[in-house]
Amino acid sequence: MGDESRDWPLYEIFIRARSGLDHKHVGSLHASDPEMAIEHARDLYTRRQEGVSIWAVRSSDIIASDPGEAEALFEPARDKIYRHPTFYDIPDEVKTL
Amino acid sequence: MISGFCVTVPPVSRTRGDAMYTQGLDSLGKDCLQDPAEAHRLEERFQQRVDAEEKIEPKDWMPEAYRKTLVRQMSQHAHSEIVGMLPEGNWITRAPSLLRKTILIAKVQDEGGHGAYLYSATETLGVSRDELFRQLLDGSAKYSSIFNYPTPTWADVGAIGWLVDGAAIMNQIPLCRCSYGPYARAMVRICKEESFHQRQGYEIMLRLARGTAAQKQMAQGALDRWWWPSLMMFGPSDRDSKHSAQSMRWKIKRFSNDELRQKFVDTTVPQADFLGLKIPDPELRLDESSGHYHFGPIDWAEFEQVLKGHGPCNRERLEARQRAYDEGRWVREAAAAWADKRRGGRAARAA
Repeated sequence: MGDESRDWPLYEIFIRARSGLDHKHVGSLHASDPEMAIEHARDLYTRRQEGVSIWAVRSSDIIASDPGEAEALFEPARDKIYRHPTFYDIPDEVKTL
Repeated sequence: MISGFCVTVPPVSRTRGDAMYTQGLDSLGKDCLQDPAEAHRLEERFQQRVDAEEKIEPKDWMPEAYRKTLVRQMSQHAHSEIVGMLPEGNWITRAPSLLRKTILIAKVQDEGGHGAYLYSATETLGVSRDELFRQLLDGSAKYSSIFNYPTPTWADVGAIGWLVDGAAIMNQIPLCRCSYGPYARAMVRICKEESFHQRQGYEIMLRLARGTAAQKQMAQGALDRWWWPSLMMFGPSDRDSKHSAQSMRWKIKRFSNDELRQKFVDTTVPQADFLGLKIPDPELRLDESSGHYHFGPIDWAEFEQVLKGHGPCNRERLEARQRAYDEGRWVREAAAAWADKRRGGRAARAA
């Protein structure tokens, strides 16, 4: 394969299944340009009417959190149980609360 | 570096906010921890996560051997989908009706799609698409030996859908629960589509089996050709399978090769009976006490031969892939040149 062993850029593909729903990550694909990314995503991820809208994002443009930092990022939320409605004791007689 | 304690550390960026996964680094086996105690601690923690049925995601720490096993298995799987397009593609121009032709095109296109899902999932492990193609073309990566058998009649297309896709489904359904997230998700997508493949194949067989004597004979011939290779698709007996035990521990694999093979036989024999076709195994009989079908010994020498490259179509298949790669070169170059030109145009307009 030699000198042309240059993969086309990788795109992450997000599909909106029906109007009213969020776009959801479905996988990735290689394409030489953004238009091809959309066309390939159509062929690859919506052969059976799985979507009504496609987002394609260059994978290298996505910034991801580091699993090694998960504790630092997400642990502080764990002890804040007062953020949940079930934390509060309300007598049964009180309705619609 | 102590082998067995060699573990991969994803390239850690010191700033918060890193790439999604180690893309295209072809970095397998490069970063190794030197400290065996630390490696052992990480491996134990990893196994606990797997045991707790937590999914492992691309950027999570994983043992180097786990990553290598997945790259081997997933890329083999991807290659099998791509090479699997060839035996059936052989019949697209000669399908007996326009409807059968459009169905077959859709099926072969699905196989290409399955290959693409799996390559994309494999790339999350830090190996590039280009490298995966290279391994297929230079023969260093394997693909399922089933696709090295020829498709001399239209009935072979039916038998492939019914038996080969049927065996693939047996193998693939447990993979939807595989411990590696991207592989499991790709398999969910694939399994949803496989059922169409199997049913269209069985329907071809049904049509032929209910047709003229010659058509029924053609269906029987295809069953005779594909039965044993389909049983071989589940791989060597567990006693001889060198990767099985470890893959089970890592929950890459959920059932043994022999269990899945037995399940396939038990499901498929009644389907053959319904067609009025005879499975080419004189030892085949229902064991009333266990409720399972007993079947005759598999010719593993044949399996080994095909795996080593001496099957009926090994050379032809790889030549076809190489030709497709070579003949697609100008398309790839033109697309890259077009993208460059468009970028230049956009930059000029923006200036």
